[in-house]
Amino acid sequence: MATDNNNIINEVTNSEYKYGFVTDIEMDQAPMGLSEDTVRFISAKKNEPEFMLEFRLKAYRKWLEMEEPTWAHLHHPPINYQDIIFYAAPKPKKELASLDEVDPQLIETFNKLGISLEEQKKLSGVAVDAVIDSVSVKTTFTETLSKYGIIFCSFSEAVQNHPDLIKKYMGSVVPYSDNYFATLNSAVFSDGSFCFIPKGVRCPIELSTYFRINAANTGQFERTLIIAEEGAYVSYMEGCTAPQRDENQLHAAIVEIVALQDAEVKYSTVQNWYPGNKKGEGGIYNFVTKRGICKGSNSKISWTQVETGSAITWKYPSVILLGDNSVGEFYSVAVTNNYQQADTGSKMIHLGKNTKSTIISKGISAGFSENSYRGLVKISKNATNSRNYSQCDSLLMGDKCGAHTWPYIRTENSSSIVEHEATTSKISEDQLFYCQQRGISTESAIGLIVNGYAKEVLNKLPMEFAVEAQKLLSISLEGSVG
Amino acid sequence: MRSDTTDFPLKNTLINNFVEHGKDIFTNNKESIIDIRKQAYTKFIEQGLPTQKLEAWRNTDLTAVYNEEYDHYYTQSNVIKDIDSVFQCNIPHLNTTMIALLNGWYVYKDVPLKTMADGTIIGSLAEAMKVYPEIFDKYYAKYATSKDDGFIALNTAMAQDGFFIYVPDNVQVKKPIQIVNVIDYDKNIFLQTRNLIVLGKNAELTLVHCDDSYNHQKCLCNTVSEIVQDENSYLDHYKMQNVNNNSTLINSSYFYMKNNARLTTNGMSLNGGILRNNNHITIDGEGCETNVYGLYLMDKKQHIDNQVFIDHAKPNSLSNELFKGIMDDTASGVFNGHVLVRRDAQKTNAFQRNKNILLTDKAKVNSKPFLEIYADDVKCSHGATVGQLDTEAMFYIRSRGISEDSARMLLMYAFCDEIIQKITVEPLKHRLEDMVKKRLRGELSVCAQCVLHCSHPEKEYNFEIDLSKI
Repeated sequence: MATDNNNIINEVTNSEYKYGFVTDIEMDQAPMGLSEDTVRFISAKKNEPEFMLEFRLKAYRKWLEMEEPTWAHLHHPPINYQDIIFYAAPKPKKELASLDEVDPQLIETFNKLGISLEEQKKLSGVAVDAVIDSVSVKTTFTETLSKYGIIFCSFSEAVQNHPDLIKKYMGSVVPYSDNYFATLNSAVFSDGSFCFIPKGVRCPIELSTYFRINAANTGQFERTLIIAEEGAYVSYMEGCTAPQRDENQLHAAIVEIVALQDAEVKYSTVQNWYPGNKKGEGGIYNFVTKRGICKGSNSKISWTQVETGSAITWKYPSVILLGDNSVGEFYSVAVTNNYQQADTGSKMIHLGKNTKSTIISKGISAGFSENSYRGLVKISKNATNSRNYSQCDSLLMGDKCGAHTWPYIRTENSSSIVEHEATTSKISEDQLFYCQQRGISTESAIGLIVNGYAKEVLNKLPMEFAVEAQKLLSISLEGSVG
Repeated sequence: MRSDTTDFPLKNTLINNFVEHGKDIFTNNKESIIDIRKQAYTKFIEQGLPTQKLEAWRNTDLTAVYNEEYDHYYTQSNVIKDIDSVFQCNIPHLNTTMIALLNGWYVYKDVPLKTMADGTIIGSLAEAMKVYPEIFDKYYAKYATSKDDGFIALNTAMAQDGFFIYVPDNVQVKKPIQIVNVIDYDKNIFLQTRNLIVLGKNAELTLVHCDDSYNHQKCLCNTVSEIVQDENSYLDHYKMQNVNNNSTLINSSYFYMKNNARLTTNGMSLNGGILRNNNHITIDGEGCETNVYGLYLMDKKQHIDNQVFIDHAKPNSLSNELFKGIMDDTASGVFNGHVLVRRDAQKTNAFQRNKNILLTDKAKVNSKPFLEIYADDVKCSHGATVGQLDTEAMFYIRSRGISEDSARMLLMYAFCDEIIQKITVEPLKHRLEDMVKKRLRGELSVCAQCVLHCSHPEKEYNFEIDLSKI
């Protein structure tokens, strides 16, 4: 049994990151380092209106006064912000009108990633916004969507074409001064996706953004803004990969969601940035601020995430439940292997009456990794009859890894109910024995158990993503148990 | 609001007092103890008094407490008046060995340090320091390390007295030992006590520790206890807190357990202005079993902060935490549980539970049950709930003709009963049942004479169902 397990662990730790290739594309880059000039350079490059430059500079000046947070259960060498290229974009050959005109190299890249822009367009009916390094290269289905009045485009296009929407909503959920990494992003963000669903429209297809870091020494800073007007519905997916490199690359993103009355937004992520090699060298530092606000009554925001990549994950998708009867959900599977570190969880801030939230978090740690859940459930004075249920379970594989749970519960209201439960254990020997007894090999049995363990969350993913997520899970973990 | 000031006048007063009253503080101290005190003093200057800037203190604001003026005493004669009044305070029918602390000093009728027939040594810490320096060299300030926060360093530097209990190997102490810590002083007072309890191999002890106050003066009391359990020892520890609403108790207990030691500690917080309980349990042995229970019933502006840190340093041990609280009026409660399972502590079972009932919209609860686990073959779980009385249960009781008030009382009592039933000392259990009932009715207050109602020990309180309302 012990040797079996060792083999399996070896197998797992040896499994390769298959998205680690580099595409040779001509890049347009900002000079290395960060200064007010870099901020101005990015803004000029994107031909931004004055208010955007001001927003960026305000954020940059704030950032200079801030200190990098150290409270997370993460250990990494200090990040040298002068050692990063803050803007890199594939050199545009000319204006793109149709998919045929996209750099074939790029299409090739996305095909390799399994995100065939063309195929997706024809078959799956998913609108994709592909973001490489810092810049959105292609958004599919724009025309179809515009029929419904839905705006789905890159952030910079939105800045050009819909400045009033940007002015109104950008920074309204994650203010420029929110936290160290969000402020950095506000100063130097290069692109991202923008999505606007008008009143009463149910978005007929899944919207998706695919992020890819390609160039070396760059940081990726994208910003996503989703606005669902009254009664609107959208399901949004996000995927990400990066090449295999020895140095650590920084990714600091912001996602803002605004849901007005009766609106519903479903946001799913499969995060598969390069996690570093098995010695813990290289990999992406992923510092992300994701937050949604249920502004109107009866609105709903749901986060689903599968976190398998990144050397370091620092991410707390949150929902501010401001409208009465609004609902917030968070479903997460976080897998760490080798020397990966994840400090992730969710915040549910209940402000409105009868607000409800659910947190289901499943952590799986193997190898030498550290996996932490950190969450906050806050019920404010006026949030009468609010309800929260949180469950965060951890599964440990191997005796060199760690699993930690930091749930914060703050209740200031007597008519609300908050429940939290968590367990930490290894794969139960009874379950394993049961499967083996029925002739299932150790490895398959573990696969079964882990998949069953994560099922609750995987079920919440849109179908297209669920398949990818399940594959990812099996790559990351197939059969590993201590 | 978080306070940013760390330099309170109180800190400077204490620093000056250490220099000025050094002679009194060092009375009868050996060189080694003086060294420990001086180191802790340096540490305290560095750390200062804890404020909300520290993660461990973020939910407890002591700014107002620090800004009070207190009397400080470093000699015993000034604060001790009527010893006899202290000894009235006893749990009826409980056949105990009573020892008492009055305003931070050990008080006695005959001798400050006595050796019982079975070899157990009970008495004043200051006296024991003089008589048994070898025990102090071995245990004193070894577990309550100054690195935790300023209060620990301050206590190590300046606390002069407290109680000392030494149970030799293979001795099972038959009678429970009851410690009554009374605060009765006519001005605001700052006091510190330091306790040391050592249980030898196979030793057994039941300890009942009560904090009471007899008047309504403000006080800030900083207590540090070190409790060392050698192999296969058993300690049944009860801590009762029933002090006035102006009192602030900072109570830190450091438990250290070796192989197969068993510990049950049960904290009952019934009244107090600001109560802070740090339970720090180090399981440095295999086969240990720890039960940590807590019950807190807070109302008015009372604040309770329970911190439990359980360090599983060795494999095959079990820890079990259960804290329950009812918050009324504008009371606030904090529970911070931290279970650390170290890399080699395989086969650890650790369970953590915190349940709260909020009765008003102004009451608050902050709960943080935190697990930090580095070993894989473990079973750990935690659960926390904040809610109100079960409406279905309420309906069930009311549909049987019981008035709303009585029904609510029954349910609240039932909620508390889970903790009370863990008490193994029968008379104490009955006393607590009675006190909790009174507390829930709002009848238990810190009276001028005696909180334990010694004058009417025979009077039991029962639920009275008002038939006229049916």
